[in-house]
Amino acid sequence: MNTEVGISLRDAIPFIPELVIICTGLIAMMLDLVVRKKGPVAAFVVFGTLVAGYAMCKLNGFNEPQSAFLNMFILDGYAGFFKLIFFINLILTVCISYRYMIIEKSSYGEYYSLLTFATAGMMVMASATDLITLYLGLELMALSTYILAGLMRNDRRSNEAALKYFFLGAFSSAFLLYGISLTYGMTGTTNLNEISATIQNLNIAGNPILFLGLIFIMTAFAFKIALAPFHMWAPDVYEGAPTSVTAFMSVGPKAAGFAVLGRVLFEAFGSMQVQWTNILIPLALLTMAVGSIVALSQTNIKRMLAYSSVAHASYMLLGVIAGTPAGLVSTINYLLIYTFMNIGAFAIVILLRSEGFQGQDLDDYRGLAKSNPLAAALMLVFMFSLTGIPPTAGFIGKFYVFMELINADKTYLAVIAVAFSAISAFFYLRVVMYMYMKDSDEPRTISCSPSMNVALAVTALMVIVLGIYPEPVLNYVKTVVFG
Amino acid sequence: MIKYTLIPLLPLIAFVINILFGRNYIRDKAHWVAIPAIVGSLLLAISAFFDVAGGNVININVYDWIVSGDFNVSAGLMIDQLTAIMLLVVTICGTLIFIYSVGYMHGDEGYYRFFAYLCLFIFSMLVLVMGNNFLVMYFGWEAVGLCSYFLIGFWFNKKSAGDAGKKAFIVNRFGDFGFGLGVILIFLTFGTLDFVGVFGQAGSFAGQTINFLGWEVDLVTLICLLLFCGAVGKSAQLPLHVWLPDAMEGPTPVSALIHAATMVTAGVFMVARCNPLFIESPIAMNTVAIVGGVTAIFAATIALVQNDIKRVIAYSTVSQLGYMFLALGVGAFSAGVFHLYTHAFFKALLFLASGSVIHALHNEQDMRNMGGLKKYMPITYAVFIIGTLSITGIFPFAGFFSKDEILWRAFLAGDMGKFLWLLGTIAALLTSFYSWRLIFMTFHGDFRGTSEQEHHLHESPKVITVPLMILAVGAVAAGWVGIPPLFMEHGDKIGEFLAPVLGHPSGHGTHAQEWFVVGISSLVAVLGGIVAYVMYVKKTDIAGKIASAFKPVHALLYNKYYVDELYDTTLIQPVMKASDKVILGFIDKTIIEGIVNGIPNVIGVFSRKLRTIQTGVFGSYGLAMTVGALCIIGYLFFQR
Amino acid sequence: MCIKYAMPGTYIPINYLPVAIIMLISSLIGLGALVVGLLVRPRRPYAQKLYPYESGNPPIGDPRVPFNVKFYIVAMLFVVFDVEAVFLYPWAVAYGQLGIFGFVEMMLFIVVLLVGYIYVWKKGAFNWE
Repeated sequence: MNTEVGISLRDAIPFIPELVIICTGLIAMMLDLVVRKKGPVAAFVVFGTLVAGYAMCKLNGFNEPQSAFLNMFILDGYAGFFKLIFFINLILTVCISYRYMIIEKSSYGEYYSLLTFATAGMMVMASATDLITLYLGLELMALSTYILAGLMRNDRRSNEAALKYFFLGAFSSAFLLYGISLTYGMTGTTNLNEISATIQNLNIAGNPILFLGLIFIMTAFAFKIALAPFHMWAPDVYEGAPTSVTAFMSVGPKAAGFAVLGRVLFEAFGSMQVQWTNILIPLALLTMAVGSIVALSQTNIKRMLAYSSVAHASYMLLGVIAGTPAGLVSTINYLLIYTFMNIGAFAIVILLRSEGFQGQDLDDYRGLAKSNPLAAALMLVFMFSLTGIPPTAGFIGKFYVFMELINADKTYLAVIAVAFSAISAFFYLRVVMYMYMKDSDEPRTISCSPSMNVALAVTALMVIVLGIYPEPVLNYVKTVVFG
Repeated sequence: MIKYTLIPLLPLIAFVINILFGRNYIRDKAHWVAIPAIVGSLLLAISAFFDVAGGNVININVYDWIVSGDFNVSAGLMIDQLTAIMLLVVTICGTLIFIYSVGYMHGDEGYYRFFAYLCLFIFSMLVLVMGNNFLVMYFGWEAVGLCSYFLIGFWFNKKSAGDAGKKAFIVNRFGDFGFGLGVILIFLTFGTLDFVGVFGQAGSFAGQTINFLGWEVDLVTLICLLLFCGAVGKSAQLPLHVWLPDAMEGPTPVSALIHAATMVTAGVFMVARCNPLFIESPIAMNTVAIVGGVTAIFAATIALVQNDIKRVIAYSTVSQLGYMFLALGVGAFSAGVFHLYTHAFFKALLFLASGSVIHALHNEQDMRNMGGLKKYMPITYAVFIIGTLSITGIFPFAGFFSKDEILWRAFLAGDMGKFLWLLGTIAALLTSFYSWRLIFMTFHGDFRGTSEQEHHLHESPKVITVPLMILAVGAVAAGWVGIPPLFMEHGDKIGEFLAPVLGHPSGHGTHAQEWFVVGISSLVAVLGGIVAYVMYVKKTDIAGKIASAFKPVHALLYNKYYVDELYDTTLIQPVMKASDKVILGFIDKTIIEGIVNGIPNVIGVFSRKLRTIQTGVFGSYGLAMTVGALCIIGYLFFQR
Repeated sequence: MCIKYAMPGTYIPINYLPVAIIMLISSLIGLGALVVGLLVRPRRPYAQKLYPYESGNPPIGDPRVPFNVKFYIVAMLFVVFDVEAVFLYPWAVAYGQLGIFGFVEMMLFIVVLLVGYIYVWKKGAFNWE
């Protein structure tokens, strides 16, 4: 009987990590109804994520790709590594947000459930080998993040952020669906491998309609990873959303976007590489320019980090543009590094937020080195890393991406990228200058908590360790992701 | 062999523990973390020393930092004879200074921070000496500079301390810039940064020239001079010596650590390490020798008239470093390293002993307010005498052997060598004079401080005096490993030990000549002491009379040849003015504010357009997306 | 699926031709009706004619009054459980072929909805006041 449908319970095995995460979210939701304090809920989410991570490692997806649900879903090394990034992102976000959400008077249990659901969506995206599953994951992630962005119900900017994100996100989803339907129309399938096979069999790589479909699909992805000119939502949403959600959003959906971008472009549209490279190059250049230049004029640190994350997306994109597996490895490596340094930087922003003090303005960082030397030193590390100064991890990330570009004979892009990262040094180091060279008389309290300390220690440690000793992770990505 | 990676790692771990948990948990028990770590390093260093002495040169590649195609940068450790000696110097002095700090820094609110920085400093220094390529060395080099900034400016609430830290950092940047360029040039020339690879090819590049700013420059000479720039900064040679005396603002253990065992010797170590490069370039060698010789005498003259006890010793350090460079410059690399090694002991001793005095007098550093401490602080007095005998080069103290070796090698090195020998001998005379002057002003005569200070006078606690006594043993005996053949056949153990790395010095002289050099240097050492005794004990009014008789000279020396003022007027003021104009006036006002106010001037219309697009109206965002998608479509379809 | 093509890169999905024709015709009819009406009809507007039609009564106030947000919640819940019911019917029909997997799958679906149901109940979404 089962043969007719082709799906059996066995198919659920590679799906266990997602199941665990979804159950975690559901139980957290129920838990929230029973307990008054949100601590147990947060702790449970962390616990559930660890279980999911354990389950994923146990499934050994790194060695043997396991596909399921009629080839709509796959657990392979590539997906596995991205899921690892999502787990790290989720745990770190929970760690940095517990105290912060209380200060913002938005400590709802739903917050943790929504983070979990968004993560589940990202996981499905990373594993999707079918445009339909991909869309499913994307919507699960997107809907959760819309709500997360508007979690501070009494804050106008938060509401505005959520609404903008929702409308524009819906708009981009429409693009995606349109692209999917065009692709389906031309190839008669939504499965990535079959799309690739059909394109080759029918020799339709140059077909304009298929091409249109590809452009629309890429437009939607470009929206998710905030590439100019589809980045316009990012600064407003990042600024308005609760800072912890911003940290979450600037890493998770971006990583998920890259996961699907890499898989769709390389697996389904591998034979159209020339075309999509031609699309991505101008996008990357424009993004770099917008991210680096506009960030210069920002005085709100969250907005500055928003533009910085736009700029970083373009550097990551360069690895995809290189068009080789090694290039994709460098992108993934960059993503992992970016996860740590970006969440670390946002953690410091959160640290400065205390009762009655926003701590989002550049001026609030005056003299931080005197009043809170450790916090300032950590921020220094993160800023150096975001700039790409050795021996921090950010340098390694950029270095490998640029190196792969040069290996792929796109040296001019590498040169332009180096120039723009030099420009970006200006606004990162300006934060450092404010912390170390300017004085402030105002007393300042920082909102420490044990979980926050853990998150800061982990991020700072990883930023330094990955900068000094990057080989193991790189080799791991190389062997695990691409055999 | 991999266990030797622990030598630098132990202090690093101690640093991490102290900096993370020091403030809240460890507090005044920080030394319980730091001291075991450095003792562990010391034990491993001793073990490494015996390994090396047994004939094993340890060269391990710890890991590859960056591997990408042909471009390969790795981090590795090398322990050869030179490194083994340096390891011993750093860890022995480090250990004693750590122990001493327990007493000296007791009760300071930044106690844990102090030990954390000390650990980081030791870590950096160990990385510097243990690296097996220029990149690791450069990392250590920069890290040492950074740590010195933290340590000198440790009492950052004191403005002068903060300024001194900044000065040290900035002056070092000048030198480091040259060093960095040198490293880059090495990579471009040799295609590798590995010591083994670079030094192996050094001979084949000798005599090659490159076009540098329109000049045909000898490649190896250029590399060596750039590297030497770094050494000049780090080892406080002319003209970048200005930071070191100011660095006395740091706590005294820091002065001892920076000026005796570690940071300042980094330059000497680096030049010695690069000896295969330097010997290919006579010009560079002569530069090193002359800079060293001139600095030796220059700093010694300043030390003659200083009144701050630590400043006298600081200038003495600059002068002694000059000696070391003099030795390196005449090709006697092992003599230079030998002096580095003996100097570490007696200079650490002198610094720590002066710290003991300062401690007893509650941070009084002016010698004019001291005097007659002999009877209150007998141990300190005794070790001070030993240190002074050693630095002035009295037989059989450690300084005698190393200083004599240097002077002898200089004497043998041709006509210029004779001149350098003369410089060195005069400097020895001056050294003897100011060292004894320091003793007589501090310990003899009557106490000139306040009666309250006198009331509190006491010998320092054991935790301070025991390290002093151990160092005193070193200051006596450390030189016995380098007895010249004149006195004892095969007595120059250290020279033979270092020969595989540093080679044998060339030049031979007769016994009569050697006796002459030894005799002269011993004579001037005694002479300087006698003059000082006469001037500062017997007829105390002479000093004042001489000072007023030669007022301009005295003023010149007292104000350190006005070098600081010279830099101030020729460099700092113009730069400050220019930066006020350019940075504040132009960059800040025009560019930064311009950018903040919409970037109207700099990036112009383009940027303004960019900002107007970001209106906050989401309809326009949607429009932008659509237009963007259409543009891509158009771009691609028209491209076809 | 039958796909025809003439030359590489000039493939046209012939199967969708009827759809394209239908779309073309329907839009032509719609537009045509409007255009013809515009051309043919007499235009003599007066006040009563322009009045909004509200079952013969004179309209009171602005028709665009904001509805109470509670309506939306109820509507949303209705849609969710409506979808559940819609999903349950075909499942029940095809249950024989779906086997144990189908059962587990549907149970999961219902559990997820149930959790949501408990959640909204506890949160008081069913209380009108």
